[in-house]
Amino acid sequence: MRFPYNTSYRDAQKLLRYRADWLAYGLLAAVLIAAPWILPRYYVGEATYIFIMCVASLGLMVVTGFTGQISFGHAAFVAIGAYTHTLLLTAGVPFIVSIILAGVFTGLIGLLVGLPAIRVSGLHLAMVTMAFAIIVEQIVGRWKSVTGGFTGIPVPPPRIFGFDLGAQKPFYFLCLAVLLAVLAALVNLLRGHAGRAFVGVRDSEAAALSLGIWIAGYKVLAFSISAGITGIAGALFAHHVQFVTPEGFSLLLSLELVIMVMIGGLGSLRGAVFGAVFISLLPTAISAMKPFLPDRVAGQFGLETFVFGLVLALFILFEPMGLNGRWLKLKSLFSAFPLYRKDTFRRGKTYMKSERYR
Amino acid sequence: MSYLAVEHLGLQFGGLTAIRGLSFTVEQGEVFAIIGPNGAGKTSVFNVITRVFEPSAGRVTLRDREITAIPRHRIAEAGIARTFQNIELFESATVIDNLLLGRHRFSHGNPLAQALRLPSACRAEDHSRGKVEEIIDLLDISPYRNSPVAGLPYGVRKVVEIARALATEPELLLLDEPASGLNPEETRDLAFWIDDIKNDLGITIVMVEHDMSLVAEVADRVLCMNMGGVLALGSPEEVRAHPDVVAAYLGV
Repeated sequence: MRFPYNTSYRDAQKLLRYRADWLAYGLLAAVLIAAPWILPRYYVGEATYIFIMCVASLGLMVVTGFTGQISFGHAAFVAIGAYTHTLLLTAGVPFIVSIILAGVFTGLIGLLVGLPAIRVSGLHLAMVTMAFAIIVEQIVGRWKSVTGGFTGIPVPPPRIFGFDLGAQKPFYFLCLAVLLAVLAALVNLLRGHAGRAFVGVRDSEAAALSLGIWIAGYKVLAFSISAGITGIAGALFAHHVQFVTPEGFSLLLSLELVIMVMIGGLGSLRGAVFGAVFISLLPTAISAMKPFLPDRVAGQFGLETFVFGLVLALFILFEPMGLNGRWLKLKSLFSAFPLYRKDTFRRGKTYMKSERYR
Repeated sequence: MSYLAVEHLGLQFGGLTAIRGLSFTVEQGEVFAIIGPNGAGKTSVFNVITRVFEPSAGRVTLRDREITAIPRHRIAEAGIARTFQNIELFESATVIDNLLLGRHRFSHGNPLAQALRLPSACRAEDHSRGKVEEIIDLLDISPYRNSPVAGLPYGVRKVVEIARALATEPELLLLDEPASGLNPEETRDLAFWIDDIKNDLGITIVMVEHDMSLVAEVADRVLCMNMGGVLALGSPEEVRAHPDVVAAYLGV
């Protein structure tokens, strides 16, 4: 068992405090760097896709996991990021500028979508964001002169300082680098001033207001940051598919992102990554399992959708804290062994909460 | 002029009158208790002062500054902090994060510096942590520092909420039934802390409380409210002996 022993306030701020942490993350880094040379080609592409989905689910996690605002419209932000990036690249804007502009532009759109979030929450907000996603999908499909309509537009290859990063291995590392940058920025932002305010907005609006947290501002800010990050994911996604069409950004993508953050564990960045990895690998796992299933099951239409739903239902029933919760429990089981208490993570009794101050 | 002045305050919800023509003043550095039967409008007074409710008449001033004209999220900046009757803590966060949130109104560096964790942001974080640790020391909650609030006993949560209010570095502290749900021992501790907060930190305290032994022990003056108005005002002994107060409580 390990107890934190701090000799300065700075100690408490450290992310990797123990040698075991350095070892574990070092090992993970080594595996990720070596992966393109070890894995078969198909799986390198899959891994790249997972990194992109990780960025998108990290984006959604900011707004859903931290400020507690549900959004069923994040596919629209992926689309806006993808199309903005593609159009800018086609117009001759350099890659780095273009991807940043795509993020900023999507963030601004997120700001506008976030405005209704000041007033509505829960189910109503889910409806508003879903409507937004449908509208964006329609606009993208109909605005032929700009988006190419349903035939789509080709995405120019990513070029940084004259180097073409469109090939499989360079693109793998490009996506990994973007993921790490986004992750680092979010880790820092969310464990500090802004992140605490987000959690405050989620847990008690009355208390947050009394402490001087401008709720409306933070709700919109969370939406904007979330949209911006999702837009960056969209830009990478455009390169991944190499040809952007409206079908790539359907409501199903929004739902997938929501499932990622739910299954990963709301309120943790690690959960967003876990969820994205798990959900992105699920179709591959299902098709790998198919030969072992009875023909009548394997041949069923909609098997994937069924498994998605089943997994989500099982998680909500048995592990509401998601994969991250499972991870924390396993960790504490090993660190406290053999003294682990079965009820360590049982939620304490929640005392009466007043709704009056909303 | 008085430190905190409530002048001819009225509060109406449709046909229901919660506060009618309420006036009182609080002097700097005193502990001012508000008592009264249920539904007398005690918490409503707090809610008007902290801008949860818009008064239908009258005004509230702190050091001659009109409180009733500033937005709700600027109340902390004006130097007013409060606790809630039914504990409004950030359940999923740890005690230390709850207290650090109390310091939200102080700058922690610009967002870019925070995202990149520049030295300036780290220093701001360290400074806040230091301030919060002083409060943890004062209220004796160090064993719970890193525990999530959701798992803490009721009595500790009450104290954490007071600690969070203190973290905003207020000059006026509003305590809404601080002793409700506490056992006698915890109530004794609370009495000492209220004294400490008043004497050592120089914070003016207004509290709504039902526990008359606590009120008698810590309060300098007591206001007894009934039906949204003043029933009696004076020292704890005077108010307790006041015939109208006895009548209101016993229903004579």
